[in-house]
Amino acid sequence: MRWYWKAIGPKKIIEFLVLVVFVIFFLGPLLNLAILAFTGNWKYPEAFPHEWSLKWWRFVLQQEDIAKSIGLSFLIATIVTAISILICVPAAYAFARIRFPLSRFFLFSFLLTNAFPKMGLYVSIAVLFYKLGLMNTLAGVVLIHIVNVLMYMTWIPTASFRNVHTAQEESARDVGASPFRVFRSITLPLAMPGILVASIFTFLNSLDEAQGTFLVGIPNFKTMPVIMYSIISDYPAYAGAVFSIILTLPTIILLLAAKRFVSADVLSSGFQFK
Amino acid sequence: MDIQLSIQKLTKRYKTGDGVSDISLDVQKGELITLLGPSGCGKTTVLRSIGGFLEPDSGDILIENKSVLKAPPEKRPTAMVFQSYNLWPHMTVFDNLAFGLKIRKMKKSEIDQAISEVLKLIRLSGSEQKFPGQLSGGQQQRVAVARALLLKPAVLLLDEPFSALDAKLRHEMREELREIQSNTGLTMVFVTHDQEEALSISDRIVVMNKGHIEQVASPQEIYDEPKTLFAAQFIGKMNFLKGVVTNGRVMIAQLAFPNSKNLSGNVTLAIRPEDVQLFDGEEAGLPGTIKHIMVLGHYAEVSIDLQGHGIIRSFRPRDQVNDLRTGQHVKVNFAKTLVFPTV
Repeated sequence: MRWYWKAIGPKKIIEFLVLVVFVIFFLGPLLNLAILAFTGNWKYPEAFPHEWSLKWWRFVLQQEDIAKSIGLSFLIATIVTAISILICVPAAYAFARIRFPLSRFFLFSFLLTNAFPKMGLYVSIAVLFYKLGLMNTLAGVVLIHIVNVLMYMTWIPTASFRNVHTAQEESARDVGASPFRVFRSITLPLAMPGILVASIFTFLNSLDEAQGTFLVGIPNFKTMPVIMYSIISDYPAYAGAVFSIILTLPTIILLLAAKRFVSADVLSSGFQFK
Repeated sequence: MDIQLSIQKLTKRYKTGDGVSDISLDVQKGELITLLGPSGCGKTTVLRSIGGFLEPDSGDILIENKSVLKAPPEKRPTAMVFQSYNLWPHMTVFDNLAFGLKIRKMKKSEIDQAISEVLKLIRLSGSEQKFPGQLSGGQQQRVAVARALLLKPAVLLLDEPFSALDAKLRHEMREELREIQSNTGLTMVFVTHDQEEALSISDRIVVMNKGHIEQVASPQEIYDEPKTLFAAQFIGKMNFLKGVVTNGRVMIAQLAFPNSKNLSGNVTLAIRPEDVQLFDGEEAGLPGTIKHIMVLGHYAEVSIDLQGHGIIRSFRPRDQVNDLRTGQHVKVNFAKTLVFPTV
């Protein structure tokens, strides 16, 4: 062993060990989840299940309210993403381009929705929703989800719009483009990576949202994470594992699809105040 | 000659106190005119007002005898090249060049033809499918110039287009721009803070300072006969000495100089370093001591302490400084002096 230690050097070996710890830390639970989800029979002392099967997949997908919740979750996430793009992208453009009084204060105020304990915020919103008749409605659930994502959805595109130089927009005006054409052909495409990243954040955040949905949407609007709670308490862990894979899958697919847009630059620039 | 661009009593004031007031200027067809001045002098304000990116408080801008003041940038017969970030990085060179032409609904075959011609002109043939990020800074600015040329503007506006480039490239680009200008006969307004750039490319220079025009003249005239003290010190190297007018003559110590403007009282003399002559005999002149001799290639810069009248610099051919040494006493006289009232 000693020759090995000397030949490679302690630094490399420590780096390798740290990497191994990281991999176990991150991938271990996922691996365990994957094994659980495809287990037919597994007695405690065994290292691996002695029977593999898809029966829990069949079980989960046959539960009517579970199948429904998957559909509902994706529907809500799509609506939330669409609406927040419509609201936040124009707002982000305004923050980036127009000087108006207190603009920094307003931009900073988006942090407020993420600064307090969520449950407290949701309870006070719920009181308001009761009065407005928004409890147990799709609109109520969508609103709660939008509150969550306002910050990402405004900050990240604001930074992207700021990275589009005025000279680039003015050149386009100069060669004959109307202000609208400039936005469509120059500003928007150049800011698109940031907007995409923010949209993916929003979509995933909405898929994952349980607390607010639980408070506002029960009993008619049970999304995947809400159902998850009851599955974990009512069924064996195998069913829970299947369900969490279903919940994780869109995240992985979306992140892989977005990989070409997601650079550390784009992500971090969303959190700068200029 | 036709007047292509006429600026009439243009005024634009900012809240900060900067801006321009009462700028009037006529630019001939086919002329390359330079707006030269330090930063904050208002040269960019004038240029952006012509391009339509700024709305002046008062005054008028006529292009080919028609007021363009009401028109937005996209409707003006001008094209602008900015200092940087001219190109759209998500489009190829071809698409960058074609963007304006497509808006004008030009036929595709004509667009192809025009772009291949203009790329040949800027020596970038074959770069159609490259993205701006794959080009060097100089190439990017050439593409920006090409895009402006394609629009066949009545006036081409250039806002310090070469200032982000390194010195050698800047030099090449000036020559290229001058060549494009003589080939196309385009009227150009060029903004720069670099006096050397202004001297080398302009038909006429507009020297600006603190929002007004100090002088409008050819480069040679501005160099030889600057009208104001500011123009004298901003363009080229210049020495300044204090003098007094007695009996109608400008005096420094016992030496008299011509008083061409018939000034009186305290005056400032401006002398180009190449006009400062050195003697070591009994000729008339101001006594001085050599402080430094710096050989700069084909010429040398000699600093002389004029004993109470300040330090003066002289440019001498290199072979003339061989027998000079630091600390040597010399006499100084001037081949040519300019006189300005002291402010």
